[in-house]
Amino acid sequence: MIKINTPIDEKIISQLHAGDRVLINGILFGARDAAHKKLTKLIQRGEKLPFDINGQIIYYVGPTPPRPGEVIGSAGPTTSYRMDPYTPALLSAGLKGMLGKGARSEEVVEAIAKYKAVYFGAIGGIGALLSQKIIKAEVIAYKELGPEALWKFEVKDFPAIVINDIYGRDWYKEKLRLIMVKSRIHENSLTEEEND
Amino acid sequence: MRVIQTSQIKEEVKRLWMEANFELPEDVIGALKDSLEKEDSQSGREVIEKILENAEIASKKKIPICQDTGFPVIFISIGQGVKIEGPIYKAIEEGIREGTKEGYLRASIVNDPIKRINTGDNTPPVIHMEIVPGESVKIVVMAKGAGSENMSGVKMLKPGDAENGIKEFVLEQVKNAGANACPPMVIGVGIGGTVEKAMLLAKKACARSLKKSSSFMAELEKELLEEINSLGIGPAGFGGRTTALAVNVESFPCHIATLPVAVNINCHACRRKEVIL
Repeated sequence: MIKINTPIDEKIISQLHAGDRVLINGILFGARDAAHKKLTKLIQRGEKLPFDINGQIIYYVGPTPPRPGEVIGSAGPTTSYRMDPYTPALLSAGLKGMLGKGARSEEVVEAIAKYKAVYFGAIGGIGALLSQKIIKAEVIAYKELGPEALWKFEVKDFPAIVINDIYGRDWYKEKLRLIMVKSRIHENSLTEEEND
Repeated sequence: MRVIQTSQIKEEVKRLWMEANFELPEDVIGALKDSLEKEDSQSGREVIEKILENAEIASKKKIPICQDTGFPVIFISIGQGVKIEGPIYKAIEEGIREGTKEGYLRASIVNDPIKRINTGDNTPPVIHMEIVPGESVKIVVMAKGAGSENMSGVKMLKPGDAENGIKEFVLEQVKNAGANACPPMVIGVGIGGTVEKAMLLAKKACARSLKKSSSFMAELEKELLEEINSLGIGPAGFGGRTTALAVNVESFPCHIATLPVAVNINCHACRRKEVIL
């Protein structure tokens, strides 16, 4: 288990390999689809982002509201591929890590290697458990987006696994022992059907 | 004629909507525990243990099982001998609205697929209403997660594609879903009818209990589950045997020219609660 403190730099990232289990400590910025769209627009226009993105990790999450007295509600990862179109721009602006679930596009995997960043996977569907790792939470921008606002979290020992590293490795692919589904349809000669 | 007030329906929907989000159904917990024994991957077992621990925390602290508290999908079967007093659609909607607020659930519904402004209270729900014989009302409330919903699909096969074609399509869908659908998944398959009927069957199959009854589809369900669990995706996509907890198939007669197949995937947070009034 590797302990990581945010922000992260290239030295730390170069030591991370696909399959490494990590515990993240420090700040995570929470954003999903709608916030990504807004952040990317700012980058394209050359405008200032609502937070200093250098060396930071974005957690793809839209938490449930906290009950009174709680820090945050359920807060597990959402599916990452929806953020793929926006990710290279954020990496070019200095983002160093992403935390979500599910595989990334080829463009993102290439951008991870190019900009020396890392993609972490968390377990989906255990938001109640993961919420216990968040010790502080606040909305820092886009409050009007409700659950899609931009969040700032402080986390303690947040568990994740390295999926894509700078060396081009992909943990999901490596773990997948895919069996090819044979095309068995044509093995049967079923040409006598009347299709009308 | 038996009279049921919509105020009662509202209260039941509200309760079921919250409970679905806090309490993982017993059959799902049972299937997860069973899978622990068969899972040979260590990371797979660890993920399943965390899923079970998560279910305990959710139930004890009333924190939603998942931050995606889902799209409210309501199946309501009304006995022909029942008279409903009041506006029923409005009552169901109000139940979802109140449950969302009282349960501190996330508002996950946008008012328009293009403009995308959050409605703030998870309304409107998707409601499937049917008239059935008898004098009771059955309400099933599903909290349908979007990560797995996004991995669903429908295909119009040729009649000649037969069972092998069906299997091939289901396996393709599951393979493409991978970690996105939060495995171990529950796979709902709808076969037959028309294109929209097939998907509705798949959704109903998703909402069905994981406990198996004997039907002529039981063999297909068993074979599909075995093939899915040799794909290697495993819990959370970290590798392992347990890619699916169950495959549920529902079928309906179809046209001589068609073989519709629909796959609706549910995540391991297979959340649904029901009541019979």
